[in-house]
Amino acid sequence: MSAAPPLLEVQDLRVRYRGARAPMSWAADAVGGVSFNIGAGESVGLVGESGSGKSSIARSLLRLIPATGSVLFQQRELLQLHGTPLRAAREHMQIVFQDPLGALDPRMNVAELVAEPLWEFRPELEAQHQELVATILARVGLGRELLYRYAHQLSGGQAQRVGLARALILNPRLLICDEPVAALDVSIRSQIANLLCDMRAELGLALLFIAHDLPTVRFLCDRVLVLFRGQLVEQASRDALYGAPQHPYTRALLAANPVPDPARRPAVAVPAAVPSAPQGAAGGCAYRDRCPLAVARCAQEAPAIRQVGASLVSCHRAGE
Amino acid sequence: MADAHQPLLQVRSLSVSYGRGGRALRAVDAVDLDLQERECLGLVGESGSGKSQLLLALLGLTAAGARISGSICYRGEELLGAPRARLETIRGRRIAIVFQDPMSALNPYLTIGTQLTEGARRQLQLGRRPALSRAAELLALVQIDAPAERLRCYPHELSGGMRQRVLIAMALMCDPEILLLDEPTTALDVTVQAQVLELLRALRERTGVATIFVTHDLGALASMAGRVAVMYGGRMIEMATAAELYASPLHPYTAGLLRSLPRLDLPLPARLPSIPGQPPDLAELPPGCAFAPRCPLAHERCTTSPELRALPGGRRLACHFVGSPAQVDAAWLRT
Repeated sequence: MSAAPPLLEVQDLRVRYRGARAPMSWAADAVGGVSFNIGAGESVGLVGESGSGKSSIARSLLRLIPATGSVLFQQRELLQLHGTPLRAAREHMQIVFQDPLGALDPRMNVAELVAEPLWEFRPELEAQHQELVATILARVGLGRELLYRYAHQLSGGQAQRVGLARALILNPRLLICDEPVAALDVSIRSQIANLLCDMRAELGLALLFIAHDLPTVRFLCDRVLVLFRGQLVEQASRDALYGAPQHPYTRALLAANPVPDPARRPAVAVPAAVPSAPQGAAGGCAYRDRCPLAVARCAQEAPAIRQVGASLVSCHRAGE
Repeated sequence: MADAHQPLLQVRSLSVSYGRGGRALRAVDAVDLDLQERECLGLVGESGSGKSQLLLALLGLTAAGARISGSICYRGEELLGAPRARLETIRGRRIAIVFQDPMSALNPYLTIGTQLTEGARRQLQLGRRPALSRAAELLALVQIDAPAERLRCYPHELSGGMRQRVLIAMALMCDPEILLLDEPTTALDVTVQAQVLELLRALRERTGVATIFVTHDLGALASMAGRVAVMYGGRMIEMATAAELYASPLHPYTAGLLRSLPRLDLPLPARLPSIPGQPPDLAELPPGCAFAPRCPLAHERCTTSPELRALPGGRRLACHFVGSPAQVDAAWLRT
């Protein structure tokens, strides 16, 4: 990476959920100390299974849920900001959610939905709002005939484009996309992925693209982070991760991807029994009970993050 | 009727519609389907294609207000309009279904054991203990460890993949002849999805249960189905063996869907192939072919509805353009 400081610098981010009622009190680390950077204009993919903490990371970066650690965005510590300065910082980082219809207020039409961020952040430009809305809608591929429709009158793909228009109208520096294509039909997914790719090129956006869909991440992202039970188990450039994955979990994810060819069966090593997630497996590697390479050491000692090949990996056995 | 080639399930011009008069919409439009013994038939389509409605109609489970016409014959017996008491001896017993969402298909207040045995106790008049031991056997069959203990668990104590396995075990409790799978892997993570697919393949090899596998994911279906039917806008538009359909799709929609699948095994494209436009709104279907507004081969003749015709070799196709798969592919490449 160049000498310029990264746009986003995350250090030891932790998100902990608690049940507060006394007899049933519990706490679980959804994100257990995660560090990564995103450079200006860089596109980073975050992949992992459900419950791995992907959405918790997305939401904690925007301070939508509480977290500890450090999040430097444009060299300002977001986790210490409150009130007006926090609002101001958020202008430059926007999010697109997974459920495109759930993310839109059912009582507002498309024109109002897309203008809402402008009312919040650029009320002085009121005279230009209409024009700005029309421009961004055209950019995300929505026609004027949709301006006065409500969320329930939109298809999933259209609603996701509205969500994207809302996120992009303030011209942010970082766009966080939390599984933006997972809820869409197959024929629409690639439309939205292509659109994100264009928008990124046009606007010089940095992207944190969260998905469990590895082929789309491969298309959109320069670098990929693999998350497992709240820990980053592998970080690598796109070519390194898809070409020479180092962590056994990354390999399992890649191997499980179905190939649309009846003659080829996916090579899945199916573990005989699937244990339910042991929350807070004390000590050792969190992946060990699923790992085909696990040895005694994996149960005793949590693997540190180290460089193997072109990847940063936390696995005792990687590179052997 | 009782000839050797009689299909297990024979569906003829099945339609499901909602509403009346000008506001009526047809969720399923005159679909014909045969399911043979031991066969796995794939049913592919996007949202609004009618695939789930078709499945629900087979079991008489469509929402109130649905009007169903046509014919559904199970071993020569007409199920459409059959008395409820008769249907109840078939549902769950002869024809069982696995729903998409493993959380909402299970009752959070009841243990896995109670839910697994409910149908079998009623349908097979099994006592509590024999039913529970059958349930434990099936949990073992779907590769859940410590099955006897799991029977005492509540759904929230199990992971998504385990819940989906429980639903599959539940469908198999009465040893059905037909298994209907409604997007059984869609809600699952990719690694768990691969495991559940592998499990379903193994189960089918072992029990030979005839299966209809409904999905929007051609990738997941590839290793499962012998024949595949593609639905669009409530109609069946193409049907072929899986080998033919994946290698040489004839309908422009099927071809478009296949090329839209993001692949890890192919070089990275500069742009992801996609189908322009969006799935049709059933309330405002265009006249003629429903796919025409998105089709690279659309032509004036497409304002009339193409019939689903039998092609030489047993394939079926509803498209005015009958060319080679290469011509269809070339049309997509020009878009």
